[in-house]
Amino acid sequence: MRITGKSILTSVRESTLVALSLVVVWQLVVWMTRVESFILPSPFRVVIAFRENFGLIMHHALATATEVVAGLVLGVLAGILTALHLMISDRSRRLLMPALVMSQSVPVFALAPLLTLWLGYGLASKITMVILIVYFPVTSIFFDGLRATPGGYLDLASTMRSTMTSTLLQIRVPAAFPSLASGIRLAAVYAPIGAVIGEWVGSSNGLGYLMLLANGRVKIDLMFAALIALCLLTVTIRAVVDIACHGVVRKLS
Amino acid sequence: MTPGIRLEGDFAHDGRKLFGDLVLELHSGQCTCLLGSSGIGKSTLLRLIAGLETGGSFSGTITTTDHRPIQGRVAYMDQSDLLLPWLTAWQNVALGARLRREKPDRAKVDRLIREVGLASHARKKPRQLSGGMRQRCALARTLMEDTPVVLLDEPFSALDPATRRQMQTLAGTMLRGRTVMLVTHDMGEALRMGDRIYAMSGSGLQSYDLAPCATTRQLDDPAVMEVQARIFSVLNA
Repeated sequence: MRITGKSILTSVRESTLVALSLVVVWQLVVWMTRVESFILPSPFRVVIAFRENFGLIMHHALATATEVVAGLVLGVLAGILTALHLMISDRSRRLLMPALVMSQSVPVFALAPLLTLWLGYGLASKITMVILIVYFPVTSIFFDGLRATPGGYLDLASTMRSTMTSTLLQIRVPAAFPSLASGIRLAAVYAPIGAVIGEWVGSSNGLGYLMLLANGRVKIDLMFAALIALCLLTVTIRAVVDIACHGVVRKLS
Repeated sequence: MTPGIRLEGDFAHDGRKLFGDLVLELHSGQCTCLLGSSGIGKSTLLRLIAGLETGGSFSGTITTTDHRPIQGRVAYMDQSDLLLPWLTAWQNVALGARLRREKPDRAKVDRLIREVGLASHARKKPRQLSGGMRQRCALARTLMEDTPVVLLDEPFSALDPATRRQMQTLAGTMLRGRTVMLVTHDMGEALRMGDRIYAMSGSGLQSYDLAPCATTRQLDDPAVMEVQARIFSVLNA
């Protein structure tokens, strides 16, 4: 499918409709259950909290966005390089692959306190968290893609006396780009989760920190406003990544 | 000097013998067609000569008349065009040089593209070309390799009959003088293009020589029809 101005408009219209219906349901629940606003604030209150604290929310959103983008870029790069390395070196593949798979049995979230202990309360521990979350899916999906090159292309390259590097960079990599793109899309969705968990464990900045802070002061409307800002941030990052990946995949196929 | 090739031996796949005591000779500068039904092992023979992975074990010898190795002197063309979708037609024709990190002979790429009738499509991507155009582009890429031996594995079987005939004439003309092996299950194609035809069946290979001709043979020629009748009787036996 091609991304056109029209198709984006349609998808924006549809998602807005879904979001609006959810807000209506939310408001109905608040009305019908008469739940206290410090348990579940009405959408209206949340909007007001969002407006009143706009500067504050933006300040923290910027911190989270920095962590997510930096972690995403570094994690994807590390994943790409690892997958390429695994393709080139048989020994690394034998030694590293089991270790990589094993490492996935450790819940990355459980490492957050350690990362904070080792790297401090600043950006570094959150970016590392994002890298850890993004790295494995990108590596494994791209590596699988690199190994799934159609046999005919490889036969052709072999009769053409292609060098190993040429076959890898000029045939396997472009042929595997659609897989890499799915890996990156997945990474874009996972990345904010990593950043927020890092912030929950220990930080003085970011939307995760703001959510905890608001929760502690029973400003549940502000907490919801921060949550909505986080959703918007995730959706935006995902959309940008999607459009970029789509463009490249189209060019290559 | 284009070498002739001789393959002699047995081939087994998963412990099952696919063919044994087989002798296949490709004469220098001639087109040899290998005819037979699907799954009989035609492509395996071609892949053995090309030095490609076959998934089985071959015991025997593959020799050239000039006693030099075949590797690096073979161009290969498959049923699917194998054009890389991210390169233009022009870049696909120049692929070999690109993969060997050499500078492509631009004038030659241009000339071959013109000869296969793709001059106005050189900058297009494969997906913008028709099946026939793509196969012509693949033919130009094969010829670009300038190897004395050309191995064709059912190169035209995915094309419609009219386009297939055009391609046979084009390939017949352009491949003259090279040692060609053409694997096909189309009797007409084998008779039209081959100087020698091997009919491959469960009982082995049977060879038939045809009178040489300039491009492609007429199928209504009595001599050709006689060969056809003989091949049919072997394949049906």
